Amino acid sequence: MEILLKPWPWYIAGPLLALTMFLLIMLGKRFGMSSNLRTLCTLCGAGRHSDFFKFDWKSQRWNLVVVAGVVLGGFIGSNLLSSDTSVAINPNTVVKLQALGFESAGTTYLPKELFDVEVFSDVKGIILLILGGLFVGFGARYAGGCTSGHAISGLSNLQLPSLIAVIGFFIGGLFTVHVLFTLIF
Amino acid sequence: MRTLAYFLIGLFFGIVLFKSEAASWFRIYEMFQFDAFHMYGIIGSAITIGVIGIQLIKRFNIKSFFGERIDFAPKEKGIRRYLFGGILFGLGWALAGACPGPIFTLLGAGFFPILVVLLSAVLGTYLYGLLKDKLPH
Repeated sequence: MEILLKPWPWYIAGPLLALTMFLLIMLGKRFGMSSNLRTLCTLCGAGRHSDFFKFDWKSQRWNLVVVAGVVLGGFIGSNLLSSDTSVAINPNTVVKLQALGFESAGTTYLPKELFDVEVFSDVKGIILLILGGLFVGFGARYAGGCTSGHAISGLSNLQLPSLIAVIGFFIGGLFTVHVLFTLIF
Repeated sequence: MRTLAYFLIGLFFGIVLFKSEAASWFRIYEMFQFDAFHMYGIIGSAITIGVIGIQLIKRFNIKSFFGERIDFAPKEKGIRRYLFGGILFGLGWALAGACPGPIFTLLGAGFFPILVVLLSAVLGTYLYGLLKDKLPH
């Protein structure tokens, strides 16, 4: 039990993510989280404005059920399966983050500067969260998948388009962290 | 019955994302700084096992739990949509520190500002739907 409550090492988590993908494959489905964002658009009536959202959302109901499970999984992981949720990142990373003004680095699960409820009164923090979300949603659909659909499912099936997408993920991510962060923070 | 199976798979996935810290903004930052092997180990081991498993399913023509044939539809060919879309996704991934799976995990874990990220991601998807025909694919 003690070991379950500590953070899980990569060599446990990676195989368990592969298991998640295989369970869905064996149920005749495919592992991909970002398609749910499209389904949510359709549920909100986006089909009136673009044919991209005109599809039978019921065919994707199973994936919305998966997502509902993911939400409860986050609750259980955080509240029942963790004695301490601080993330022990590399001490060098902590130094870099503190230099950028992230005082909470190394002591919390997410940076307080962006994910404490106080962010709702911080214009800059809210704008960054909005921009992050917009790019994630737009980019995932433009690329036809996200980390689960391209990086894990696509690369597991040796798909060249997925490799290109993942290279893109890294170009974007490296640019944000190494260029944008030095300008914004 | 099937619905329960999907829910339990999601539950399992959500716990793994939280407990592996793949849903932590800090781990994503650390990954893009190349300061730790953790995230590369998670993604790399998942893909390694994934490649082997999918090859086995194809070679031995393994059927689904319901006895149906398993088809792996190849991704559409192309470069631009994957590269441009991928870069935009990566910009957001590092900024919000969460990709679509972890967004839902963090919502359950009680980090309410992630709702802003989720709603913006839905809006971003909607904007893509509006602009789709004007973008290079």
